[in-house]
Amino acid sequence: MKPIIKVMNVGKQYRLGSPQRSYLTLRESLSSLASAPFRWLARENSSSHETFWALQEVNFEVNPGEVVGIIGRNGAGKSTLLKLLSRITEPTTGRIELYGRIGSLLEVGTGFHPELSGRENIYLNGAILGMARSELARKFDEIVAFAELEKFIDTPVKHYSSGMYVRLAFAVAAHLEPEILIVDEVLAVGDLRFQRKCLDKMENVSQQGRTVLFVSHNMAAVTRLCQRAILLEEGRVVLDDTAAQVVSAYLGNAARKSCAVREWEDVSRAPGDDVVRLRAVRVRTEAGEVKDAVDIRKPVILEIEYDVLVPGKRLSPVMSCINEEGTCVFSSAGISPQFMDTQDLHFVGRCLSTCFIPGNLLAEGAFTVTVSVNSILDGNTAHAVEPDAVRFQVVDSLDGSSARGLYGGPMAGVMRPLLTWTSKPIRTGSDSLDLHTNDGSARQ
Amino acid sequence: MNTVINSEKLPPRHAPQLPDEPLFVVEARKSGVGLNLKELWTHRELLYFLVWRDVKIRYKQTLLGAAWALLQPLLTMLVFTFIFSKVAKIDSNGIPYPIFAYAGLVPWTFFANAITTSGNSIVGSSHLITKVYFPRPIIPIASVCAGLVDLAVAFPMLVVLMFYYHIGITVTALFLIPLVLLTTLLAIAVGMWISAINVKYRDVKFAMPFVVQIWMYLSPVAYPASVIPARWRILYSLNPLVGIIDSYRTALFGGAFDWKELAISLAVTFTFLAYAAQRFRKMEKGFADII
Repeated sequence: MKPIIKVMNVGKQYRLGSPQRSYLTLRESLSSLASAPFRWLARENSSSHETFWALQEVNFEVNPGEVVGIIGRNGAGKSTLLKLLSRITEPTTGRIELYGRIGSLLEVGTGFHPELSGRENIYLNGAILGMARSELARKFDEIVAFAELEKFIDTPVKHYSSGMYVRLAFAVAAHLEPEILIVDEVLAVGDLRFQRKCLDKMENVSQQGRTVLFVSHNMAAVTRLCQRAILLEEGRVVLDDTAAQVVSAYLGNAARKSCAVREWEDVSRAPGDDVVRLRAVRVRTEAGEVKDAVDIRKPVILEIEYDVLVPGKRLSPVMSCINEEGTCVFSSAGISPQFMDTQDLHFVGRCLSTCFIPGNLLAEGAFTVTVSVNSILDGNTAHAVEPDAVRFQVVDSLDGSSARGLYGGPMAGVMRPLLTWTSKPIRTGSDSLDLHTNDGSARQ
Repeated sequence: MNTVINSEKLPPRHAPQLPDEPLFVVEARKSGVGLNLKELWTHRELLYFLVWRDVKIRYKQTLLGAAWALLQPLLTMLVFTFIFSKVAKIDSNGIPYPIFAYAGLVPWTFFANAITTSGNSIVGSSHLITKVYFPRPIIPIASVCAGLVDLAVAFPMLVVLMFYYHIGITVTALFLIPLVLLTTLLAIAVGMWISAINVKYRDVKFAMPFVVQIWMYLSPVAYPASVIPARWRILYSLNPLVGIIDSYRTALFGGAFDWKELAISLAVTFTFLAYAAQRFRKMEKGFADII
């Protein structure tokens, strides 16, 4: 397929310090009158060194109809990239080719004027975003209905609450119909219900075959909306893959100290006491790969490796799984009789315990695992504890075979089991229903 | 309920037909080229809305509202009449001084306000510049065009004054149309140039009032151009407003147009417009980065 966006070797250099100089206050300009010649000299000397590359050697292509998430830490160059794509600023090097009309939404309510009414602002804002007057007139009622502001549409927006303001602003933007839509972190505004409405609207946009580039810090929104994601780090593209892969890589990196594997080379620094020392904790996939991104449908295998230093203790490995909100989703320990029967009470040496967490159990998101080795039946003493030992990401490829089926919206709950549902007909035909007994109130 | 789209399984419903050539290319601009008039034309509705916004909010929260458009030249006329006619006894070529001054003040007030507001327009629109793309010259152009509404408000007073002083309006008054157009183009050229410089050097804000004041005294607003000694006339008429304001009066009060002067105004205006457009194009690529 022919790409609709081609980004070729793009770089953007900024001068550090130039923003301060561009804003001259009265005092500064008066003093600059006095020392003008010296200021000019100083400027020439200092600015040549204070430059940095906000983006460097960025290359990617986007095909028509793709929804691409752009993620990265603050300062990674996401906003600069969007500004270049929206033609707000020019790259220092390289070239971007756009084969479609661009609509960019880097902020909601760009150009809103507080003195103007909601109605007037819809037209003004729409025109600024590139909509034709005829198009706005046609969509006007739809926009007002989407914003749920029918009653206040002729009130100046300075009297609006911040929520109303944002709703109106997003409603206009949501009705943009360019071939390429560029959206910055704008879903972080408004109440939850309205955010959901906006996400649904964006999904509609992508269904109509339009190309969307989407910057967000909301990883759940990125995995839900985008098939593909690009990870930026210090101005460079470090990963360009499926959204699930990139999100998990980003989250893995974001918390560098906990990821899929944790090993303690030096026994003296390993967590533990003179009974047990932890040596390694790993998250593996079913195929045995050490990996911090796990398919929601596949089991997660947790390995705990530890040294038993003294014999005669009834040791049990224990783990707790904690989600992003800090809720302990479950905890588990090797205390079942079947497990205990296999343990040699007089063993001294390296031991590997494995815990099998079935697929279709955990919800999407990041989980941290706290691991310990306890002598549970002996007064429950924890010998070696490591909070947040490893961290993994449960991702849903959204291809329809997980518990969410083809539903793309948010799902509540800390678990996502694939439960068995059945339905069967127990009466047939509308005559068999008691539709006419209560004068139309039957459908509740 | 919404369904999830997977690109591999469901091709987009309306796969867009892509053009062979890119619609837009974003790259470092090599050299300053002139205004992209075609692009300005495709954004004419935005120009309309920005003018409409400026007009709509200009006199919000003022007691007298649009009456200010009339009061500005009218009050200046009273001051000028006192100083230049009664005290300095300037000869206004046989035309009653108040209407002579007002006929010069109407285009001058429009021009002065236009270059001041459009000179500040880019800096005042930083929230737009950094968030959305559209041809940047639209901003100073819209500021100038919004001033035309003030001009239209101040004009009827001119007609009233002409009746009062028994000066008949002739067909030559139709010349006002191309003259207003020429004044507008000159204001656009100056406003566009200043607005771009203002982004980088905020000194402009402080220099503007002086420049405007000096420019007024260098233009035949309060006095007729004929008071300038003949040997200075050519140099004097390099100020494009000389030919323009003189011609406003000729169009209204009769007499012979000074075609040479007008030709100089025309030439200077278009030369400066071309220069300003080129400078603007060169500077606009840095707007979003330094504003």
